[in-house]
Amino acid sequence: MLNDHAKLVKFFSQCSEVVGRKRLQKMIYILKKSGFPFEERYQFHFYGPYSEELTLRVEELCNLGFLQETWEKKSNYYQYRYTLTSNGEQFLNHYADMDMPFMTSYIEKMNARSSRFLELVSTMLYFDELGKEEVEAKVQVVKAKQNYTQEELEEAWAFIAELAH
Amino acid sequence: MAYKDEKLHEEKVFKDPVHRYVHVRDRVIWDLVGTPEFQRLRRVKQLGTSYLTFHGAEHSRFNHSLGVYEIVRRIIDNFQNREHWNHEERLLCLTAALLHDLGHGPFSHSFEKVFKLDHEYFTRAIILGDTYVHAILQRVAPDFPQKVADVINKTYENKLVVSLISSQIDADRMDYLQRDAYFTGVSYGHFDMERILRVMRPMEDQVVVKESGMHAVEDYIMSRYQMYWQVYFHPVTRSAEVILTKVLHRAKQLYEEGYTFKCAPVHFETFFKGEPDLQAYLKLDEAITLYYFQMWQEEEDPILSDLCWRFVNRKLFKYVEFNPNTQMNEWMELYKLFQKAGMDPDYYLVVDSSSDLPYDFYRPGEEGERLPIHLLLPNKELQELSRKSEIVEAISGKKRTDHKLYFPKDLIERLSKRSKTKKRILEILYG
Repeated sequence: MLNDHAKLVKFFSQCSEVVGRKRLQKMIYILKKSGFPFEERYQFHFYGPYSEELTLRVEELCNLGFLQETWEKKSNYYQYRYTLTSNGEQFLNHYADMDMPFMTSYIEKMNARSSRFLELVSTMLYFDELGKEEVEAKVQVVKAKQNYTQEELEEAWAFIAELAH
Repeated sequence: MAYKDEKLHEEKVFKDPVHRYVHVRDRVIWDLVGTPEFQRLRRVKQLGTSYLTFHGAEHSRFNHSLGVYEIVRRIIDNFQNREHWNHEERLLCLTAALLHDLGHGPFSHSFEKVFKLDHEYFTRAIILGDTYVHAILQRVAPDFPQKVADVINKTYENKLVVSLISSQIDADRMDYLQRDAYFTGVSYGHFDMERILRVMRPMEDQVVVKESGMHAVEDYIMSRYQMYWQVYFHPVTRSAEVILTKVLHRAKQLYEEGYTFKCAPVHFETFFKGEPDLQAYLKLDEAITLYYFQMWQEEEDPILSDLCWRFVNRKLFKYVEFNPNTQMNEWMELYKLFQKAGMDPDYYLVVDSSSDLPYDFYRPGEEGERLPIHLLLPNKELQELSRKSEIVEAISGKKRTDHKLYFPKDLIERLSKRSKTKKRILEILYG
């Protein structure tokens, strides 16, 4: 019961906090593509892979009091922060035998990067059935506005390779 | 004349209860409607198990797909000669609108969940694979099938085209809200689509709405909100969905254990093995699925036969509200009590969460999260809808989640009157 919720709570238990819904979306997607058993389904959206299931599940965790969501008004949008609560920690105690590999090192690597970079990496992973050149061409088509440089693409490839190891 | 430009000698029309008529002039569209892959959509209901709650909800994905096509056709007519609109994209838009749901299977939500499938994957497979649909698209141009697949997959270069079919205010939602309201018979779901179509404007990367049309859009957002609670997330429909999912789980488990079915699940085998190919997928529709459910009522396995009987005869599970924060210990106790009473809790004690049936409410969200609805102000600037509309802002902040615990009350009541297990189960469930 609620195993998919528990996996997300486990994720939050290994971060001090997550700043930004966009960052959260991309982090879970990258972890999923790295083999972590998250079940949230993703579709491609204007800003890359996006999961409505994830959005709703996080909202449920907040409403249950397992996560604390705070937000601040920026010039033209809101920015959200998520932290695990003590109720969330207690909930996780019920799932002590959950089969979920340790993900802290992945989380640290992703938290050290910008949302723009994670958007690029997750978009490249979305097209991982294509060859390297085709992926790069596709990124330039679907992310034309972001103007990713060749240097950024190479950095993203190196990041993906690092995660794979 | 090139195939892509061919027109029918006379316009064809489909009578439609929502849009009155669906108009077809393009030969390509007419040919696509006639393919077996598109005709299959007649045998896939738009609202899955909702017909067990709203008896009128028998409409199909075929009806809806034609409706989305018709709305896009009308939007494009209004876009003619406007800045940012490229008329060369017309046939691509119409085709993608018509085919956007082509990969939906029977009761697709439960199927996708149990067998870990993705209808978008099958939509692409039908468009790009060895199918009648592909042959027609290929006649338009060699790269046309890929373009259609890219639009539906939302990875096409022209995001304006994508946003007509898939955005927060798109033809897909505008059709299903009205169609689902019509067939369920509820009084929600209606809004002034004519007005919205008149105030839609093409912009770079997206469709926007003139500020003067804000109230029509508010009505549309309210419809989405009300349809969610009244129709899409109705607790009785969720009960039917829970049972359907458990039937599929049970049949799969029995197959994996080598159980000998009286009615062998021939059409399901590739799904149980986790390797459904396109041909197997196309053969499985709701008529076939319900045939098996009918036959499996006679199976020796008591769980499979009982669950099928429940689904076919609408003997659904009852439910109570459940709070995972405060009731985890009660749930664990119930789990053991159900085992003790001979009811397998993995099939008969189910927590269903709102995220099990994700439905995208309108959320302005965060920058870069997903594209919101933008109003086009008189000074040509864009403003996110909830920044201007108090009604939308109010709805955006509402709690939209819940959890319910489903169980077979009839089986519990059948336990002996003197049973302490029964007494305790009822105490926990009903207080």
